[in-house]
Amino acid sequence: MTRIGILLAIAAAGLATPAFTASALAAPDTTTVTGPGGVTLRSVTVDLPQSDREFPGADAAAVNNNCLTCHSAGMVLRQPPFRREKWAEIVNKMIQTYKAPIDAGDIPAIIDYLAQR
Amino acid sequence: MDQGHRVPMIGRRGFIAGAAALGALQHPTGALGALVRNVDEAVFTTAFPQKGRMILQRTRPPLLETPFEVFDQGVFTPNDRFFVRWHWAGIPEQVDVATFTLKVHGHVDRPLTLGLGELLAMPRLEYAAVNQCSGNSRGLFSPRVAGAQWRHGAMGNARWVGVPLKAVLDRAGVKAGAVAIRARGLDEPVVPDAPAFGKSLAIDHARDGEVMIAFQMNGEQLPLLNGFPLRLVVPGWYSTYWVKMLSDIEVLAAADDQYWTKTAYRIPDTPHASVTPGETGYAQVPINRMVPRSFITNLADGARVAAGKPLALRGLAFGGDQGVARVEVSADGGTTWGRAQLERDEGRYSFRQWRFTAPGPAAGSVRLMARCTNTAGEVQPLVANWNPNGFMRNVVETTTLTAA
Ligand code: HEC
Repeated sequence: MTRIGILLAIAAAGLATPAFTASALAAPDTTTVTGPGGVTLRSVTVDLPQSDREFPGADAAAVNNNCLTCHSAGMVLRQPPFRREKWAEIVNKMIQTYKAPIDAGDIPAIIDYLAQR
Repeated sequence: MDQGHRVPMIGRRGFIAGAAALGALQHPTGALGALVRNVDEAVFTTAFPQKGRMILQRTRPPLLETPFEVFDQGVFTPNDRFFVRWHWAGIPEQVDVATFTLKVHGHVDRPLTLGLGELLAMPRLEYAAVNQCSGNSRGLFSPRVAGAQWRHGAMGNARWVGVPLKAVLDRAGVKAGAVAIRARGLDEPVVPDAPAFGKSLAIDHARDGEVMIAFQMNGEQLPLLNGFPLRLVVPGWYSTYWVKMLSDIEVLAAADDQYWTKTAYRIPDTPHASVTPGETGYAQVPINRMVPRSFITNLADGARVAAGKPLALRGLAFGGDQGVARVEVSADGGTTWGRAQLERDEGRYSFRQWRFTAPGPAAGSVRLMARCTNTAGEVQPLVANWNPNGFMRNVVETTTLTAA
């Protein structure tokens, strides 16, 4: 099963609000609001792509387990090389500022991975 | 659906559970190994709704950059090529115009809940304005810095139509002693207790009559990823203030003490927001007005041109929070400069196109530069600024060609 498949399955199973599904899946976006000058706004429904990209490599388990909750891997993989201290600072910011739920025990493996990339 | 929007199915707990579940999976090798690539290589995508071909910086939450050639196609950036930048992945995938509301509350006489119909009926404002990410061109910082590695495509210019924020604030009746407004959109963090994105503006700025609650961009409703149905437009200021999917305006009686204003998006309080790498102990201020920039758009780095033949150049400039007074162009690495012809003026906050014909270059390497001076006399520096967040680049850029 792909990541997307799993996530959709989990999300669908966990989706407790029936009102959600009804209005989200049934009606096409025909609702409009019109103002003076013929300005019309039309309801919008989109599907935002998800990413099934993982951090590559045999030592990537710690980053894959901890760094994909809030954002997909692309931007992290596009970072320039940084020294360990800088990566430690970034990981610490994810935890302290953005409340990343990261196991303290995983931190060294995360920093090792990022610094060696 | 009483709130007029639907959050993505992969919401807070859903995604965490998903990520945790994945942690238990084995990580296949093979195909994934092939993902290691040069970080500077652009990856294009057409997978995003209401968007054409974009440079993919990140899928979730989306960071999409405008491919540079789009800037050569005109002074306005098409909506489907306009850059996209979200901080948190809790982005609604559905917005219902009939039930969407904008709340105005806090230090006001009459808290408001405005529907889109009510906003559309208010007096309107229209102007062109550049929307530029604080970190546009961050990928060119040297030494390099952390954050989205944008080249120059985290900017765009559009004609915005909306309601002056002042009119909405006046309707709510701002009480004496108000110091700021804080704007919030529908986007939400995907973990508990994390700081939701919001930005504040000083009350006088919010009431300057120019800051706009926009509902149209280039004559159409905004693409969802650019903030449908409402976006704050703060002309002349960096994009971080242009809150997308604007749904909540709180009038504050004390300075904003939340993370995104108090701690994030701060710049050194120094000329060009520049410091020496490693420097500490300098004062910082919230990022604010933009500074002049200019770009050659019809020739890219590495292009080959005919030696001895006049070189027709074309580009864009903007003055930051002022109009463009002049653009000068050099075809010899900055030794001599000639004045470019400015095209139609679309307003103080807009991109301005320019043209220049450089004398035929001698065979060899040719270094082209464009330099904008704004109507307040502020000119682009010849030396790049540096700060740890990669904000506010506006050095004179160099395009290097080969003449043969
Ligand atoms: C709790 C959510 C969360 C988790 C988990 C998380 N991040 Fe982040 N990350 C953010 C937010 C929010 C930002 C800033 C907004 C943005 O980038 O759009 C960010 C930005 C970044 C940046 C850009 C630099 C910066 O400081 O803004 C890097 C690099 C990064 N994260 C790496 C990581 C790594 C490595 C991990 C795993 C240890 C991780 N993140 C886990 C929320 C998170």
